[in-house]
Amino acid sequence: MIYWQLFITYLKIGFFNFGGGYAMLSLIEHEMVLKHQWVSHAEFTDMVAISQVTPGPIGINMATYVGYTVTGNVWGSMLATFAVSLPSLVVMYAIVRFIQAFRQNKWISAAFDGIKPVTVGLVGSAAILLMNEQNFSDYISLIIFGCSFLLSWVFKVHPILLIVLAGLTGLLVY
Amino acid sequence: MDRGLCQRQEMDRKETGIKAGLSELFFTFLKLGAFTIGGGYAMIPLIEKELIDKKGWFDREEFLELLALAQSAPGIIAMNIAVSVGYKARGKSGMYLASLGAVLPSFLIILLIASVFTSFRDNPVVESIFKGVRPAVVALIAAPIFRLAKSAHITLKTMFIPIGTAILVGFLGVNPVWIILLGAIGGIVWFSIAKRKQT
Repeated sequence: MIYWQLFITYLKIGFFNFGGGYAMLSLIEHEMVLKHQWVSHAEFTDMVAISQVTPGPIGINMATYVGYTVTGNVWGSMLATFAVSLPSLVVMYAIVRFIQAFRQNKWISAAFDGIKPVTVGLVGSAAILLMNEQNFSDYISLIIFGCSFLLSWVFKVHPILLIVLAGLTGLLVY
Repeated sequence: MDRGLCQRQEMDRKETGIKAGLSELFFTFLKLGAFTIGGGYAMIPLIEKELIDKKGWFDREEFLELLALAQSAPGIIAMNIAVSVGYKARGKSGMYLASLGAVLPSFLIILLIASVFTSFRDNPVVESIFKGVRPAVVALIAAPIFRLAKSAHITLKTMFIPIGTAILVGFLGVNPVWIILLGAIGGIVWFSIAKRKQT
């Protein structure tokens, strides 16, 4: 039962993943934290951090991690990772095979044009969903958030460096 | 019909013309998967260097076309790139090996982390590190929104779409799947209205 749920959930996450990593976070969070409660908000945020400092796409990392923690074995990991990759295999294969028809279809590109502004909002909602008591325990969290936001937005500091700095801050302060 | 046939023949010709070995394809994507931190977009410059400049499997224009498709199609972008590049280089078996190579490093690393992290999480040192990291992660997600809005050509008129999405999903807990479908339908409706106006 849990394997079937894992498979269906990650198939859905893979298929409705538009606009790359951060845009798919809100869907992953909705399914994993709110709906199935496989991980907590804090654990989910930790996973995003780990994904940022380890190689590989966030979607794959999440699938592997949750597949393991939910079932307690490697098979769960493999199943979830396979499920999240399957849409890529099927859809991209079809697209590359019939590349001409796909690119010239105005209706398909109209649908994609409609999805594009939605993905921007999805990134925003991923951030909103994470702004909760589990991630912001006190005023120091707010200061770390403000500084990180500025460092990333204005000074374009690399995500890995930013996470290392924030981790050091946490180690010193808490 | 004729055109599609021509295109396919051309593709077949290209497929046989490329000298990519299957194991070479697998190890190239294994390397890309192991050394690109941050997923699909971080992969792009490395792929360009590896596959176009060094190996010469594609010309730049062809690669850019594949890339545009990989970005707009559903699915994990890094996987989409592996599937399309693998297929173009060596057909179906190329597609399977390239995607396996791309997935394997992060799968193994995360599996290792998952098996030890659950017992490390309660460690006070680890806990204090992550207490500092969590708000930074939220900032990291929030920071690129304006840049994304710009590249998606959001104007004052279309601003209600991302804002509405953020409210529905972020505050009201609506499943993003519905909003994505709504966006696709909205795009099609908008296009058909614009088309009717033209004629």
